[in-house]
Amino acid sequence: MDSRASLTVHTERRFASGFTVSPALETPVSPGSILVLFGPSAAGKTTILRQIAGLDRPDRGRVQLGDEVWCDVERDLWQPPQIRRVGVVFQEPMLFPHLTVSRNVTYGVRPQVRRRDGTSGSDPFEEIETILNTADLRNRFPRELSGGEAQRVALARALAPRPRLLLMDEPFAALDAPTRVRLRRDVRALLRRTGTPAVLVTHDRTEALAMGDTVAVVIGGRIRQLGSISEVFSHPADVDVAASLGVEAVLPARITAAADGLLTLSVNGVELHVAQREPMPPGIEVYACIRAEDVTLELRSPAHASARNHLSARVTAIASEGPIERVSLDCGFVLDALITRRSREELQLVAGAAVTAAIKATSVHLVARYA
Amino acid sequence: MDWAALWLSVRLATTTTLVLLAIGIPIAYWIVFSTRRWKFLVEAVVALPLVLPPTVLGFYVLMAIGPLSPLGRAYSSLVGHGLPFTFEGLLIASVLYSLPFAVQPFSAEFASVDRRLLEASFSLGVSRLTTFRRVVLPLSVRGLVTGVVLSFAHTLGEFGVVLMVGGNLPGVTRTVSISIYDSVQSLDYAAASRTSLLLLMLSFIILASTYALQRSVWIRARR
Repeated sequence: MDSRASLTVHTERRFASGFTVSPALETPVSPGSILVLFGPSAAGKTTILRQIAGLDRPDRGRVQLGDEVWCDVERDLWQPPQIRRVGVVFQEPMLFPHLTVSRNVTYGVRPQVRRRDGTSGSDPFEEIETILNTADLRNRFPRELSGGEAQRVALARALAPRPRLLLMDEPFAALDAPTRVRLRRDVRALLRRTGTPAVLVTHDRTEALAMGDTVAVVIGGRIRQLGSISEVFSHPADVDVAASLGVEAVLPARITAAADGLLTLSVNGVELHVAQREPMPPGIEVYACIRAEDVTLELRSPAHASARNHLSARVTAIASEGPIERVSLDCGFVLDALITRRSREELQLVAGAAVTAAIKATSVHLVARYA
Repeated sequence: MDWAALWLSVRLATTTTLVLLAIGIPIAYWIVFSTRRWKFLVEAVVALPLVLPPTVLGFYVLMAIGPLSPLGRAYSSLVGHGLPFTFEGLLIASVLYSLPFAVQPFSAEFASVDRRLLEASFSLGVSRLTTFRRVVLPLSVRGLVTGVVLSFAHTLGEFGVVLMVGGNLPGVTRTVSISIYDSVQSLDYAAASRTSLLLLMLSFIILASTYALQRSVWIRARR
């Protein structure tokens, strides 16, 4: 598909309760990239996804991919889901219970395509089945699968007809944590490999960080901010967006070394030591998440302290939040520290002052970004 | 034992069931999947034979297919004889009389198929009609079997409508229930008892085997 194609969802849908979902979204979708619709539950994320899929009609507005108009209420244009060529994966697998895994996977593929590829010796689904690890399940029925297996098959089924866009609505929410982590990685790899762009609905920020390239923050039925993951997480547009994203700083980083359960990260050229909680090999890209209350400030670096990280920093701004002061720092990257007013007075901190920011290695939370 | 009457009843019930299968599935599909506001009217019309006395239904059918109606005249000018008191006339009446017994189980089962399965099928590029054939019908086997069995059994035992529309012509419109009535009228209780017992056993065997079959279908689906 055209790598410059962009997805437009500019619609309005009013529900009987009075709640209105009116997204204004326009974003390029490049092959293999993931747009995350992120936000609290009941914010309207699923409604937006269903309008893209053609499963729901808006009251007003337009849905468009590239120069193909899928829905334009004012011009009375409507393309049913059948001809949009989008794959949809729901929270539950929704496999056809009367068909085997193999027939579920090929359900959306035209019989001619199935046969032709069969005789030419190449199996068009082999790549999908290999990455999703579903080849051994072919002859089973959906009722004989575990939750994780069923969701893998659902993904294979959605991708087999080579959709132009894959839509996923909380696809990993019903799975246990280890299965979820593995599946996220596999899905990311498969989308990259097949060059399929995707839209992922989630309220889980770890998932948004791990899988997203672009994020649209949905609150109260509206898109409140749209941008790259690091952009949105480091510069939330307003208080609501910041609250929904969480209180941590999210810093793009790379792991440079691992030894004795301690990882060394490079954050914008600055070295950071982090306690290792799960295996992460050197070289991979991660997000380092640091809560402002875990950052302590010192005037000079003490000789012996338990905190592993002592960063030279400059105070860029101080904002009062009642008895607590939020001190914005530049230590090679942007970081906030929360301290009491008393501490601020004792340290005589003003904008422009030089300080040392101390962060314990155990206070940094890492999220791997799947390549 | 009036074998001719029994054979006629089985023939009538089988033909009625086949016709109901052919027209009941589209009607049930329309009732379940249509978004028309006035579809409740169609549902009510389909359900009417459940509450209407058979004589009332029979009376209207007789009027509708009789020589005074356009339908009856058109038929007799085409075929050469009228519809009342013939097997075809009986068939039309039976189909109407048993319509809810086919359509209601069909539509209940179609409606119980998870809508998200249909949405999954639509987004995989499969049309509504093909989705119905590939997903809804295979998942509705239980309801189809129920509808077929009820239609068959209901037609086998019908009395009032047959009497109104078909009369009592041996081998043509004298069904098994009318034969029993005849036997009792002529005080031949032995014949009435034999035929009644046969009908009772037949009905029981049909219903029992249906429930047994559904049980195994159900177990297979949930295992």
